[in-house]
Amino acid sequence: MSRTPTTLDLPALVTDPATRIVVCCGSGGVGKTTTAAALAVHAAEAGRSVVVLTIDPARRLAQSLGVGELDNTPRTVPGVGAGGGRLDAMMLDMKRTFDDVVHAHADPQRAAQIIANPFYQSVSSSFAGTQEYMAMEKLGQLRAEADRTGRWDLIVVDTPPSRSALDFLDAPKRLGSFLDGRFVRLLAAPAKVGGRASVKALAGGVAVATKVLDKLLGAQLLRDVQTFVAALDTMFGGFRERADATYALLSEPGTAFLVVAAPERDALREARYFVERLAHDQMPLAGLVLNRVAQPGPIGVDRALGAALQLTDGEESGAAERAAAAALRLQASVGALAARHRAALRGFAAAHPGVPVAVVAAAPTDVHDLEGLRQILR
Amino acid sequence: MTPSPDRVRLHVVTGKGGSGKTTVATALAMALARDGRTVLLVEVEERQGLAQTLDTPPLGPVERRVADGPGGAALWALSVEARASLLEYLQQFYRLGRAGSVLEKVGAIDFATTIAPGVRDVLLIGKVFEATRRTSGRPHPKGTPEHYDAIVLDAPPTGRITRFLSVNEQVADLAKAGPIHSQAGAITTLLHSDQTRVHVVTLLEEMPVQETVDAVAELREAGLPVGAVVVNQARAALLDEPDEVALLALADGTIDVPAVADAVGSVGIDDPQRVAGSLLDTARGYRDRLDLEAAQYDLLEQLGLPLVLLPLLPDGIDGGALAELADLLAEELDPEPDEDAGQLDLPENGLAR
Repeated sequence: MSRTPTTLDLPALVTDPATRIVVCCGSGGVGKTTTAAALAVHAAEAGRSVVVLTIDPARRLAQSLGVGELDNTPRTVPGVGAGGGRLDAMMLDMKRTFDDVVHAHADPQRAAQIIANPFYQSVSSSFAGTQEYMAMEKLGQLRAEADRTGRWDLIVVDTPPSRSALDFLDAPKRLGSFLDGRFVRLLAAPAKVGGRASVKALAGGVAVATKVLDKLLGAQLLRDVQTFVAALDTMFGGFRERADATYALLSEPGTAFLVVAAPERDALREARYFVERLAHDQMPLAGLVLNRVAQPGPIGVDRALGAALQLTDGEESGAAERAAAAALRLQASVGALAARHRAALRGFAAAHPGVPVAVVAAAPTDVHDLEGLRQILR
Repeated sequence: MTPSPDRVRLHVVTGKGGSGKTTVATALAMALARDGRTVLLVEVEERQGLAQTLDTPPLGPVERRVADGPGGAALWALSVEARASLLEYLQQFYRLGRAGSVLEKVGAIDFATTIAPGVRDVLLIGKVFEATRRTSGRPHPKGTPEHYDAIVLDAPPTGRITRFLSVNEQVADLAKAGPIHSQAGAITTLLHSDQTRVHVVTLLEEMPVQETVDAVAELREAGLPVGAVVVNQARAALLDEPDEVALLALADGTIDVPAVADAVGSVGIDDPQRVAGSLLDTARGYRDRLDLEAAQYDLLEQLGLPLVLLPLLPDGIDGGALAELADLLAEELDPEPDEDAGQLDLPENGLAR
C-alpha cells in the first residue's frame, strides 16, 4: 500500500468561493502566521476580498502587512490585489477585544465597574485561555461584519501558540463554564441558594471550599471574584451564546481547518493530536500544511558523497572541483535531512491516510515581505 | 574570581516554540548528572515532552529516576501538575483528606488551578522550589532523593517566561495573604538569587532571535538572572572551512558553472549541466543562510551574554545526539572547576548588566 498522502491544493482551497473561513492551527514555531498570511495574499490576488487575523506576527512580517501597530482594527494592505481583490490585515489585541465585549453587553456604568475590577484585569490580560477566547470572539465579529456589509468573502485566522493543542476550541467553553460554574455562581450569590437538599449539601461544600481558599489565596481575591461575577451576572447569557455561536461557525462547511506543522517528530506528534481532536469535534479539516520540508538534490546521498570524494581525491583538484565537492557534500547533508522529513511525513500519512497534505519547501531565509509570501504558494 | 559552578542550583531553560528548548533542557540535565551528581529535570506544561525526548514512559507528578550517569550520578524527571500540587499543599497545610474531594466536587480545585490568575504558576514553581530546598532530614516524597545537586526546568516559552517567573508580583496583587502568598515571596527570592540562571534557546532566524532579544530585556527588567543564550541547530556547522570557502566562491561567481559541470561530468554524473545548476542554487542558498545567521548572531552578541552554539544534527535527536549536545553544554555551562577560568564562558562571569 502506498504511503504517499493525497496532495492538498492550497491555492484551489483559498480561491474556492465556498471557502469562507480558513483556520490555521498548530503548535508554536511551525510557521502558522506565515502560512495564514501567504494564503490571504494568494486569495486576495486571485480577486477575493480577504481579511487575515494574525495573533503574534514577527515584526517584519507585520510591517510588510501594514499591521506594525497593535490597534485591533483591520487595515488594507497596500500593494495586494491588483486583480480586483483586497487584503485587510489585523493583529489581535486581546485586552481591547475583551473590553469591547464587556461594553457591548453591559450599560456604561456596569461596564466601567467590570473593567476596573482587578480580577477582570487579570483575567482579560493574563488568564491562560483569554487569548484563544478573544481570537474566536474576534473571528465571530469579523464574520458578523462580513455578513452585514459584504466587506470580506474570506476570513483567514491564525491561532495562538497554545500550551496544549486546540485550546482555542476549548477556551470559550472553559471561560463560559467558569463564569457559569456552580462554585462561582454560589460564591457570587450565596443568598440565592436554598431549597433542594442537593443544593444545600453543595452549599455546605462551598462554605468549606470558600474557607479553605480564603486561607490559601487570601480573602481579597475571593472578594474581587465575587464583585466581578456579580457585575458580570447580566452578561452570562451573552458570553455563552457567543461562545456557542462561534463554535457553530467553526463547524460549518464553509470553514476549512488547516493543521500546520514542521517535519519534526514533536511538531508532527502535535499535528496528529490536532487532526484527531478536530475529527472528534467534527470540525471540517482541509488538511495538513507541512512547512520547511528539506528538498533532496538531483542525485542520491551516497552517490553525492562518493562523487565529492572522487573530485577531491586527485592531487591536482582545482577550484571548480573543490567547489563542486563542497556543494555535493552539502546537498548530501540536506538530502539526509530530506529523507528524515519524508520518513516523518510517511509516519503521519500511515496514521491518517485520509488527510491531504501540502508540502512547503524549506527556504534558506525567513519570509518577511509580500514577495516572499507570494512565493510560498507558487 | 570564579564562583564555583555548583552554586547555580536551578537552571531555567526557555525558548521560542520549535527552537528545541526541551531537547536543550534534557541535554543540560544529562550534562549536569555526571560525577555522582543527582539532577532533577522538570516540565511544567503537561506536554510529556521530556518523556518523548528521553524515550521513557509518561512522567507523573512524583519524580522518577530516568537515567544513570557515571560515578553513581542519577537523573530524575518529573511532570508537575497544578492540580496535584494544590492537593499536596492542602494535605500539607490543612491535613485535608476528605475536604479535598469536596473542593474538587464544587469546582474549587478547577477554579484555583485554571482560573485564579497566577495561582497555577505559583503551584508549578512551588514544586520546583521544594526540590531546590530539599536537604536530608526534610520531608520529601517517599523513594525520591533527599537532595538534588541541580534542577533543570523546561520552562514555558519566551513569550510567557517573565510572567511565569514573576510569580510574586502576580500573586501579591491578588492573593494578599495565606501560604500561597508567603511561598511566592520565598520563590521570588530564589529566582532572583545567584542560585538561578535563566537560559534562552534560540535558532539563528529572525523571529526566534527577536523573541530572544525581547525576552532577555524583559528578564533583565524583572531582575531575573539571565545565563546563556543557546543557539540551536546552527547550520554553519555543516561544512568545514575549506569547503565553505570553495562553496562561497561558487556562490559569488568566482568559479563559473560550466567549470563545475565539467568537474561533475568527469566523475561520471549524468546530466552535469543540470546538476551544476542545482549545485549553484545550493551554494547560493547556503551563502544567504550564512549571511542571515551572521546578522542574527551579531544581534545576539550585543546581548553581552555567553553564547553556546549547538550544531544542526541531520539525523535527528536520539540518545547519542543528546549525549553529544550534553558534552557541548557541559563544556560551556558546567565546566570542570579546575580548568583555566579565563577560557570559560561561565554564566557567573558573563553577567555584566
